Amino acid sequence: MGVKVIIPTPLRAYAGKQESVEVQGATVGEALTALTAKFGDLKKHLYTEDGRLRSFVNVYVNDEDIRFLQKDKTGVNEGDTISIIPSIAGGA
Amino acid sequence: MASKIEVAANTTAGAAPAALSKEEILRYSRHLIMPEVGMEGQQKLKQAKVLCIGTGGLGAPLGLYLAAAGVGRIGLIDFDIVDFTNLQRQVLFGSGDVGRPKIEAAASRLRDLNPDIQIDAFETRLTSENALDILKDYDLIVDGTDNFPTRYLVNDACVLLGKPYVYGSIFRFEGQITVFAEPDGPCYRCLYPEPPPPGLVPSCAEGGVLGVLPGIVGTIQAMEALKLIIGKGQPLVGRLLLFDAMGMKFRELKLRKNPECPACGEHRTITHLIDYAEFCGIRGEEAEAPVTTVPEITPKELKARLDRGDDIYVLDVREPHEYQICNIGGHLIPLGELPLRAAELDSSQEIVAHCRSGKRSAEAVEFLRKAGFRKLWNLKGGILAWSDEVDPSVPKY
Repeated sequence: MGVKVIIPTPLRAYAGKQESVEVQGATVGEALTALTAKFGDLKKHLYTEDGRLRSFVNVYVNDEDIRFLQKDKTGVNEGDTISIIPSIAGGA
Repeated sequence: MASKIEVAANTTAGAAPAALSKEEILRYSRHLIMPEVGMEGQQKLKQAKVLCIGTGGLGAPLGLYLAAAGVGRIGLIDFDIVDFTNLQRQVLFGSGDVGRPKIEAAASRLRDLNPDIQIDAFETRLTSENALDILKDYDLIVDGTDNFPTRYLVNDACVLLGKPYVYGSIFRFEGQITVFAEPDGPCYRCLYPEPPPPGLVPSCAEGGVLGVLPGIVGTIQAMEALKLIIGKGQPLVGRLLLFDAMGMKFRELKLRKNPECPACGEHRTITHLIDYAEFCGIRGEEAEAPVTTVPEITPKELKARLDRGDDIYVLDVREPHEYQICNIGGHLIPLGELPLRAAELDSSQEIVAHCRSGKRSAEAVEFLRKAGFRKLWNLKGGILAWSDEVDPSVPKY
């Protein structure tokens, strides 16, 4: 399935400065694997050393947080949007 | 969906609603003529007690609009001093306030805007020791903070005290806003159980921010606070509003309560406030420059050597837009491009790398050293130090 992955501002430097990337995958896990295969530097920002998604990064399929779906096994359909939403803290 | 939060219900049950004077009726007439607010809504605003944490980028619109709306008691907490670089976005302050405690300037401005309300000014840092005590007197907490430890502290305090918390955060051109509200809604830890490691997400000082962005996000927070107080409209409970200023787009994501949340879940493990600096991994690293083992040269030493005619290649590893602000005639190869362009450098030549403050250039020197270069120096303190010590005509930024 072709899905669009929206890259958040803090991580665009590691994704060739792109705002979004089209990848193939049937699940969120597959899509993110395809993304990090394309942009190796993204991997360490998204995943811990033992391969888990970092807990300050949330992933949504359309408007649903995958933690409340099937996590990285959440299925994606053609045209879905995966959003990576990291924690930000600016305010001053 | 989450039920409406009765903020004003925290006031003394059975007390007569706060009467409005003739002057107040005139001042708030534009509220009163709307049925959604009316006398009842304005009285709720008058009785409401809201604590704004921070008086900076987010705190400025928050303070201004809550005061303008007639929130009867506004607490402000900030320990910082107004800095010249704040004026680009912290619109509570004027040029004459530079050097003044922010809390003093903020309280003064808000009292001028609305002399009828009570402003409680706390010139202190919010800590685990004082947070519960400070927050307990308020109905609603609004977030104008700028760092992870304080956000987790405020969240946990609000969960422990059962107070709703209007969250807002920004980064460069993006913002996030939501309302964390027990018992129906999620809390900050439901959204982000853990903060990023220190140094990954730059602050506004390090990463930059378009000045008006906190203005937009803070104003949305103020709107949510007012809606919660008057009990009208749909609050952002369970909804994460994302704002993309460049695309001028708002998106909304669902925010769910995490049943396993340590703060607000079914089996809570957070029963008191903790050491948040430690939680965020910055204990011992706070405000310290990174320990560097790269060889350094001071601006004065570099100037002396250049004046002497030494053959030194000055490598500027900043970004092109920084070079436009100021430069010392160095050869520009941005840090991110160095791996691809290292071949442009001559390893037989002495190379002094510099950036703005010395951090990125230290990384550049480390990279080049690993690539086999030997005659390397990092300009200590960067172009900022050059401006201080050698040539004050070089603007600082």
